[in-house]
Amino acid sequence: MRDGVTPFVLDVKDLKTVFRTRGGEVHAVNNVSFTLKPGELLGVVGESGSGKSVTMMSLIRLLPMPPAEIRGGSVMFEGQDLARIPEEMMRAIRGARIGMVFQDPMTSLNPVFTVGYQIIEPLRTHMGLSKAQAATRAAELLDLVGIPDARRRLGDYPHQFSGGMRQRVMIAIALACDPKVLIADEPTTALDVTIQAQILELIKELRQKLGMAIVWITHDLGVIAGIADRVMVMYGGQVVEQAPVRELFANPQHPYTRMLLETVPHIRGERAAKLRVIQGQPPILSRAPDSCPFLARCPQAFDRCAHENPARFDVGPAHDAACFWDFKTGAKRDV
Amino acid sequence: MFDTSGAKKLVEVRDLTMHFPIRTGLLRRLTGSVKAVDGVSFDIYEGETLGLVGESGCGKSTCGRAILRLYDPTAGSIRLEGEEIAHAPFDKLRRLRPKMQMVFQDPQASLNPRMTVAGIIGEPLMEHTKLNAAKRLERIYELMDAVGLNREFANRYPHEFSGGQRQRIGIARALALNPKFIVCDEPIAALDVSIQAQVVNLLEELQDRLGLTYLFISHDLSMVRHIADRVAVMYLGRVVELAPRDALFADPMHPYTTALLSAVPEPDPASHDDAERIILQGDVPSPANPPKGCNFCTRCPRVMEICRQIDPVIREIAPGRHVACHLYAEDTHKTAAHAAQPTEV
Ligand SMILES: Nc1ncnc2c1ncn2[C@@H]1O[C@H](COP(=O)(O)OP(=O)(O)OP(=O)(O)O)[C@@H](O)[C@H]1O
Ligand SMILES: Nc1ncnc2c1ncn2[C@@H]1O[C@H](COP(=O)(O)OP(=O)(O)OP(=O)(O)O)[C@@H](O)[C@H]1O
Ligand code: SF4
Ligand code: SF4
Ligand SMILES: [Mg+2]
Ligand SMILES: [Mg+2]
Repeated sequence: MRDGVTPFVLDVKDLKTVFRTRGGEVHAVNNVSFTLKPGELLGVVGESGSGKSVTMMSLIRLLPMPPAEIRGGSVMFEGQDLARIPEEMMRAIRGARIGMVFQDPMTSLNPVFTVGYQIIEPLRTHMGLSKAQAATRAAELLDLVGIPDARRRLGDYPHQFSGGMRQRVMIAIALACDPKVLIADEPTTALDVTIQAQILELIKELRQKLGMAIVWITHDLGVIAGIADRVMVMYGGQVVEQAPVRELFANPQHPYTRMLLETVPHIRGERAAKLRVIQGQPPILSRAPDSCPFLARCPQAFDRCAHENPARFDVGPAHDAACFWDFKTGAKRDV
Repeated sequence: MFDTSGAKKLVEVRDLTMHFPIRTGLLRRLTGSVKAVDGVSFDIYEGETLGLVGESGCGKSTCGRAILRLYDPTAGSIRLEGEEIAHAPFDKLRRLRPKMQMVFQDPQASLNPRMTVAGIIGEPLMEHTKLNAAKRLERIYELMDAVGLNREFANRYPHEFSGGQRQRIGIARALALNPKFIVCDEPIAALDVSIQAQVVNLLEELQDRLGLTYLFISHDLSMVRHIADRVAVMYLGRVVELAPRDALFADPMHPYTTALLSAVPEPDPASHDDAERIILQGDVPSPANPPKGCNFCTRCPRVMEICRQIDPVIREIAPGRHVACHLYAEDTHKTAAHAAQPTEV
């Protein structure tokens, strides 16, 4: 499947990223594999430090190297392996064919340039548009993300926009070059719920209009439930479970996912008297684990988990979980 | 659930106002004010948790800090066990300080990085008690036990702990002087989901054990539903609705509360299919320049003519349910006439 004859826009295999720090190595991303179909929205959840951001940063090579080092794996995108192409080719893809939106729009927008300039710039370098063409397109984009009076606002600076509007501007910039894939890392975490609701509505609308594939990182299971087609759960630098969104919420098969779903309170329905707690600490990733990364906190753990790191087992249609315990049979897995 | 009838009022807040001056130009001339808290009234009963919710910048932290007298309020009254403290002088405040404490959002920033855990927890003991070193250490160990920190960690520094552990240190410090009342300002916002539950459970346990009263400030509505007995909703410096928890979540009355609750995404995919979400348009106006009439009139889906003219007064429209909205006035003219008088909440 070398020449684009693949059902996936993005096909990541066995990605391995290590940080070499003074205190030793940090195995932040450990053999992560996932795929993305055209138009699909993949939600990524997981504990703080589980490797969500580093995974996505690795595949667009936006990490400081050193200390980061991509130690293995492949990232197939439009027939090329992004892990292997030269940096100048990568630059033509990053921010153009693959768009990015981050948590804090204030740190990713440059305060000394107008918003217009920051949208026009990539249009000129990546798409080769003339100044006038780019300005027209920039106004269209601001309009698309729901900023009123778009043409005039091109001349405004980031601080003249509210938090929600700045995030809309970031989305406009990410969409400028018509990306195939959009990577959004906690894009609504810094926003208020009523503003978050506006942005989520916008994303749903844009997906229908533009048909791009999206990777959406968040710690908010509510957001995931609302917008994702498929969910990938990360723990300790690994993918521990992956399933279509409804299946994951109805039928979680990894102990971490099951506990995670029980630990969040709900706003409707029955109110739990006491919140479920996941005791203990996440693993220290000083080397590639030879046991299950969830071992220390897992109520299901048994002897095998201590000396083997579980592979991702198929546990249902398009559903896999990296766990030796089989919740469906209520017994140890015999593979 | 908490029963307010017969319960003692620990904190009584009336028409609390906190305006921050805006100074501009080279001469730093006073050109206006940020109306961060603009006339709020509520009671907090002994042993209850009052949740305070609302969007960023609506004045939650300012309100909590003003109640603890970390600010000098612009106007209004604050009573702690019946004693007026809104304009109390420093020495009186110092005497009352041990009764009221605060737990902050960012455990990292609120702990002195150069002090050991024992030093941090012991600091208020040094300042407010005459305990000798041995007794103090005994009390520090007791507090560490209470919040579930291993005594062996007493001589470690904050950076050696995880976020959840750091928040425990902050809670232990707040408990040092046996307070009655604790303002928890977003105590879990900076923590990972799995750690949030630990801290919330700890706060609940301590409340049961020590009879503590909390003002729990948060923008996480589902967590507030979990921990609070009653909930106050703020918008642009005002309390727009105050109600018992179950009533508020089951049947919000103020249009802002309704919109706020409908905007919270539930962790259940099926709930999103038929969700009739109210998507509020636009942004929150600046507290330096709130709109005429009802503060919510620029975004309210149910805005009426009168809303742009007359500021609605908060009234108790059913037992325990306080709402500031013209939709619930039996007679809007009468309400308008009452607008000048202080309200009893
Ligand atoms: N520059 C760095 N040097 C060393 N370690 C790093 C560096 N950046 C990240 N890490 C480590 O890599 C691991 C994964 O981090 P990552 O940022 O991907 O987590 P995350 O899942 O995105 O968490 P969060 O939800 O908090 O954003 C963590 O253990 C982190 O400490
Ligand atoms: N010391 C200050 N000087 C001037 N303005 C202030 C000061 N503190 C707060 N404000 C302003 O008062 C308003 C209310 O702020 P406050 O911090 O109380 O909001 P909040 O509801 O706690 O918000 P958040 O959820 O973001 O913490 C904001 O507009 C803020 O900018
Ligand atoms: S493999 Fe073992 S330790 Fe790991 S999650 Fe499954 S049961 Fe728990
Ligand atoms: S008073 Fe009017 S604008 Fe204000 S909340 Fe009620 S209906 Fe809406
Ligand atoms: Mg991250
Ligand atoms: Mg605050």
